[in-house]
Amino acid sequence: MQFWATVLLDGLTYASYLFIVSLGLTIIFGVMKILNVAHGNFYAWGAYTSAFAIGYISDNDYSEALYFPAILLSAIIVGLVLGYIIERFILRKMYDQDIHLIVLATFGVFLIFEDLIIIVFGVDPYLPYQPAMMLGWVDVAGLNRGVYQLSLILLASVVAFVCWFGLKKTKWGKLLQSVIYDREISEAMGINVTAVYVITFIGGAILGALGGAYVAPTTSVSPGFAIDLVVLSFAVVVIGGMGSIPGALIGSLIVGILRAFAVHQAPILELFVVFAVMAIVLIIRPEGLFAPPKARKI
Amino acid sequence: MSSNIVLEVSDLNKSFSGITAAHNLNVSIKKGEIVGIIGANGAGKTVFVNMITGYLKPTSGKIEFLGSDITGIEPRDATHIGLCRSFQISQVFMTMTVKENLMIAMSLAKKSGNKLLKPFQDEVISNECDKILDLYKIKDQKDLTVSTLSQGIRKLLDISMAVVGNPKVILLDEPTSGVSVEEKFGIMDIVISALKQTGTSVLFVEHDMEIVERYVDRVIAFYQGEIICDAPPKEALSNEKVIEYVLGH
Amino acid sequence: MFKDIFKDTSVRILITFMVVLCVSASLVLPEWMQNNFLYGLSRGLAVLGLMLLWRTNLISFGHALYYGFGAYAVALSQKYFGITDILLRFAIAVIAAGVLGFMLGFILKKYREIFFAMLSLAFSMVLYGLLAKAEFLGSTDGMSISPSTLLGMELTREYLLFLIAFFVICTAVSIQAYLRSTLGHLTTAISDNEIRVEYLGFSVEKAIHIKYVISACLAGGAGGLMAASLGQVDPDSMVNWNVSGELVFITIMSGSGNILAPFIGAIVFEFIRTYAFEWAPQAWQMIVGGTLLAIIFFFPGGIWSVLEKIFNQGKKKNVK
Repeated sequence: MQFWATVLLDGLTYASYLFIVSLGLTIIFGVMKILNVAHGNFYAWGAYTSAFAIGYISDNDYSEALYFPAILLSAIIVGLVLGYIIERFILRKMYDQDIHLIVLATFGVFLIFEDLIIIVFGVDPYLPYQPAMMLGWVDVAGLNRGVYQLSLILLASVVAFVCWFGLKKTKWGKLLQSVIYDREISEAMGINVTAVYVITFIGGAILGALGGAYVAPTTSVSPGFAIDLVVLSFAVVVIGGMGSIPGALIGSLIVGILRAFAVHQAPILELFVVFAVMAIVLIIRPEGLFAPPKARKI
Repeated sequence: MSSNIVLEVSDLNKSFSGITAAHNLNVSIKKGEIVGIIGANGAGKTVFVNMITGYLKPTSGKIEFLGSDITGIEPRDATHIGLCRSFQISQVFMTMTVKENLMIAMSLAKKSGNKLLKPFQDEVISNECDKILDLYKIKDQKDLTVSTLSQGIRKLLDISMAVVGNPKVILLDEPTSGVSVEEKFGIMDIVISALKQTGTSVLFVEHDMEIVERYVDRVIAFYQGEIICDAPPKEALSNEKVIEYVLGH
Repeated sequence: MFKDIFKDTSVRILITFMVVLCVSASLVLPEWMQNNFLYGLSRGLAVLGLMLLWRTNLISFGHALYYGFGAYAVALSQKYFGITDILLRFAIAVIAAGVLGFMLGFILKKYREIFFAMLSLAFSMVLYGLLAKAEFLGSTDGMSISPSTLLGMELTREYLLFLIAFFVICTAVSIQAYLRSTLGHLTTAISDNEIRVEYLGFSVEKAIHIKYVISACLAGGAGGLMAASLGQVDPDSMVNWNVSGELVFITIMSGSGNILAPFIGAIVFEFIRTYAFEWAPQAWQMIVGGTLLAIIFFFPGGIWSVLEKIFNQGKKKNVK
């Protein structure tokens, strides 16, 4: 029983930051049909910026209440700045190109911004443990866990709810769904697709950054931080369905819990099991478990 | 089955989740016959062609070719035994030249297994291709890239590629569709005379009744998945049912 | 299949290039360059494999699977069987990767475009996941490999280069023979119109399967030779997704015009990496990324198309 509680709790924690990041990735794919390798950059920069801010607040003995706003702000700034730069100067020039080339271009961007982190933040790891320390520990189902880690689950839930609400209940959400369904028709109906693209990309970037920014206090932030996450979020998106938001949720849960299970039961299988599931889903149901509806052309 | 019959279709049926696309089709094609297949859109002509050439598998019934049962065959196997087709929208290799297109077709027809590893540029095959280019009157365009050529030329290429293996039966799916009015008769003249020379049986789906009347020995008319008439052109085109359901008068 | 192959222009250019390379590396050029050529020629084989797939409109984001598999096959054959002979190593790497490619090919031949790319990636990460956690294979530290021998004799770095160049010539010439055959021409035909190829009587899936196995063998051979040249294998530098990404990058950078292109591209890549490391050790990834973007935006035909242009300009001037 203890074992399963551990797996569930740790799995949910993994799933939470995976979900926040993958949500951005899947929305970007759904709207723009781009598999954005550079998504890892948002995660890494979000983490570093947040780590830096936390360190700054702590070093200067500012109020602890500033931690959370700092984390959020880091995410927003990174998402806005990086997202805008990448969309405006790289992606916008490539929309009509072969999808493989676009993925490669985002890979190039990824490499560039990975090294930029070292130039800006240096090679030494950051350990922004302060917010986690601040919240302390709690006993859940007989397990001792940090409150901060559990708050990740809360954050993911909030993000999921806001997303669901935004998509189903607001005009903006309906606009987005329309563009995901069919770009041409949306354009013909007068929707400014370029504006939608920019806003979507920045929104996705903010989500990616948020994942990194919020997870930073639970770990050590160092170069290469994002490499594993890039391909894990790809796995999530593929399993759930590229472009599907409920898919990102289910995909994250599957990957998170599988990973937690493997870590506690058979560590050798930790990565293997995730990618084996990705391969199986691609073989049995290539569009993913929750493929978004596709317009039938002709 | 009489030795003169090359293709025999018996009690062929096809339904797609409750919708009957073909019902009780029975057809016999003799060697060298030229048969026109007519019918309104959705009447079942293309389903019929697709079943014979293996693109669709029938729900029930039998298709026999030169005495062998070929029901449910794969398209590439149909090609190998001498049952070929051309396409309504020309399926050609757009990025290659006319000659290269035909060379690919001819190489795949003449070579198999290990021979496929031999060089593509082969004088024997090249000469055979030149003969066919001549026959179909597209020799002048042989070194031009297909994407730059007219629909009419592409149609001729499409059909010539289908005949490289000297098939016994060829199905032409709307051979003049998409082709300009000026080119239509020219193309059909070339195609039919070339096919008559080799004694190939021809079935072609066509909407243009002038073309049908001019070239066929026999007309098969479809309506709602059934054959409503199977007779020589004069008879068929004055048949009441054909007039009502196909010609639309 | 090999009839008159040595009269083929591309083959002659390739052989000349390799000979000139070996001669100048051994007599004229500084010794450190030998490494660049060793790694470049080895990796070039994998790129040649990717180029084959690219011509059929298939891009694999997981070819590091075969590259790494070949490398580890060499490492394991030494660990368990004591094999150090370079001829055997190459054969083992090629065959191991080929068998794996043959098996996975049954699944992959049914996929196209982004699904092909993603599934290849998934398979490669499955191997990565296994290798990174497998203690007995050294986990992320990997395994080391002793220098290669040839028929029992010790092999200097210089002679290793000659041998690798020889393997490259044999392989590239075979590939050229394949490309100019009917089966090879099916490559472009399939990317142009699959339906037509089926109706002309050839199974598209079979053609893709064959091509896939060939490219797997090439990548495996590349990994094996790389392992022999580096003396070391580990999952992060040979199987991880960014290795696959790099291979695709070199493929695009090389251009797809010719069997020599992948090797020129791979060697150029090595030089870029060496210089990038020297000038800006913290920013070499940035330089690679920047080069990738530059190629995509300004030289989509790759290095080969640039070389062709220069050569044609030269020809025009001569004619005048």
